[in-house]
Amino acid sequence: MLNEKKNKTNLYIALGLLVILYVFLILLDNVLPQNNFVLMLVPVLKKSAIYSVVCVSMNLLNGFTGLFSLGQAGFMMLGGYAYAIFSIPHEQHAAVYQYFDGGAIQFSIPEALQNVLGDFGGAFVGSIICIIIGGLVAAGVAALIGIPVLRLKSDYLAIATLGFAEILRAVFQWDGLGRVTNGSNLLRKYTSFSAMKIGNFKIGTLFPFLIATICVIIIVLLINSSYGRAFKAIRDDEIAAEAMGINLFKHKMLAFVISSFFSGVGGALLAMYQTTIQAAPFKSAMTYEILLIVVIGGIGSISGSCIAAFLYIACNEWWLRFLDSGQFFGLSVPFFRDGFRKVVFSIVIMVIVLFFSRGIMGDKELSFTGLINKIKARKEKKGEVA
Amino acid sequence: MSNFFEANLPYILAGISVGGQYALIAIGYTMVYGILRLINFAHGDVFMVAGLVMVYTTASMPMFISIPLVIIATVALGFAIERVAYKPLRSAPRMSVMISAIGVSYLLQNCALYFTGGLPQIYPAIPFLSKSITIAGATTKMVTIITPFLTIALVIALVLFINKTKVGMAMRAVSKDFETSQLMGIKINSVISTTFIIGCFLAAIGSLLYFSNYTSVVPTSGGMPGLKAFVAAVFGGIGSIPGAVIGAFIIGICENIIKGLGYTTFSDAFTFVLLIVILLVKPTGIFGEKATDKV
Repeated sequence: MLNEKKNKTNLYIALGLLVILYVFLILLDNVLPQNNFVLMLVPVLKKSAIYSVVCVSMNLLNGFTGLFSLGQAGFMMLGGYAYAIFSIPHEQHAAVYQYFDGGAIQFSIPEALQNVLGDFGGAFVGSIICIIIGGLVAAGVAALIGIPVLRLKSDYLAIATLGFAEILRAVFQWDGLGRVTNGSNLLRKYTSFSAMKIGNFKIGTLFPFLIATICVIIIVLLINSSYGRAFKAIRDDEIAAEAMGINLFKHKMLAFVISSFFSGVGGALLAMYQTTIQAAPFKSAMTYEILLIVVIGGIGSISGSCIAAFLYIACNEWWLRFLDSGQFFGLSVPFFRDGFRKVVFSIVIMVIVLFFSRGIMGDKELSFTGLINKIKARKEKKGEVA
Repeated sequence: MSNFFEANLPYILAGISVGGQYALIAIGYTMVYGILRLINFAHGDVFMVAGLVMVYTTASMPMFISIPLVIIATVALGFAIERVAYKPLRSAPRMSVMISAIGVSYLLQNCALYFTGGLPQIYPAIPFLSKSITIAGATTKMVTIITPFLTIALVIALVLFINKTKVGMAMRAVSKDFETSQLMGIKINSVISTTFIIGCFLAAIGSLLYFSNYTSVVPTSGGMPGLKAFVAAVFGGIGSIPGAVIGAFIIGICENIIKGLGYTTFSDAFTFVLLIVILLVKPTGIFGEKATDKV
């Protein structure tokens, strides 16, 4: 009874904060002055929302089901490409696919819908449809890959999924598929976040957050369902789980496909964010980066992954920039040059991996009532001392 | 058939050479996996660092000093990585150690990026190895011919070391059973360090040979050879040294023939196709011992 009440309070606080966040994002786009601070903050927020989706999807697989998969970058690439291919406007095909006679697919979903629903409606609904297509393509490929790969365990699974991601990357760069994937050239000119506006009212920053919220909520609901409990049982002990009547292969496949779906969605959002997409950056290094974010956040904690994604992106793209600039509070420091930020960053990551292997949240979730109680307790303590 | 052979001779030669270089890296993977059950993701980057050390040392000192220095530095790096990043996690779950290995790989790449400033570093020409020669109408570098022989000589020496010496016996014992060998009075930590030292020594030699074929070193140039060498180790049966060598030669030759046929995009992907096929058909690899808990 008490627990239920606590959960409800938590839920209300979370919803309240979410509404405040959304309002803030809308203000950021439309009202607030576009000074340096805002110009740094907006891309960081967008990218961290996208990375949250990807990290949470990886956490679902690695943290909750215990399947150590390293194929995330490959599935993101699938999602990103599927999104881009279906949303390049028709008149841009000749320019984008200039080496492949204008490409094979000659329609654009957002464009087709724009004729029916108007500029904003078409872009909004169309890009959501394309994002879902991106997720479905990633999920479909995952279902195929899963049949052979999920028979493997631990590090063999890791290396096999990594291998599949590399194979996918090679296939997408192959000229033989150039009419669809544009070979190793960029795909561009598709609907991006900047198209998300009603007249002068922009929701370009809100949009990735909306999608990310929906994805994270779905994953949280899944983890708290009976399927989620089965996943955790498989993680803790496969043999015991099987003995309890859990169909191992079916559940592993389910986790793999769902995780890949959301990686695909994340990839599609990343494509929107970057405004161009190319297979080359989706290397294993990208998967490693995502894995390290998951580890920083705590393997097995959804809120941890989201917090870590924000911290990682913010540090990487904003807060630690000064390490690269050669300046530190006005002093010139010779070893603060390009790349120093990354060195400091990777040392911090190593320290976390070695000494704080539980990460920020461990396997717990962020609880607002818990936080409030802690703050209250601290205040009371201070009061006593005074 | 002879036509095919003649047309592809340069690729086959290059394949044998690259195969030998992969073999030298693969041994490091297979030995570490045999003992710690850990995919040492940082091994490819250690290989890359060896290349960079060579670039920097030759800039300021003669070749006969810099080559031993490269080998010493690489070995020291491997030893340090094991002590700092893997030893504290000895009793942790296997996945934590693997994550730590990925972290080390990330760290090494970023350090390399910082020191090189992101620019490709021109690899120095090692006088003897870089000499051009012509075999059966195909022009190639001396290193192509030397690599397979040097690789095989080193592998024979290593196999003798493992089978005949006391340290080698300790290694075999540790790879069979970690805990029992500890109870038998084997100093686990020194055995593991020796394994890393041997692996890194071979990786350093591999890097001397490998980069002689290429013009420059970049921070990411260790990643792909590293992964391929790991696949070679899995293909040959992880833990088996002759297996890793044969796997590496097969991968090197096939990859270059695929390049010769004009499918360069797929030359990297082929390695992973091979990996997945072998994992499905014979998960223990061609020379692997039968084990119940591997897959």
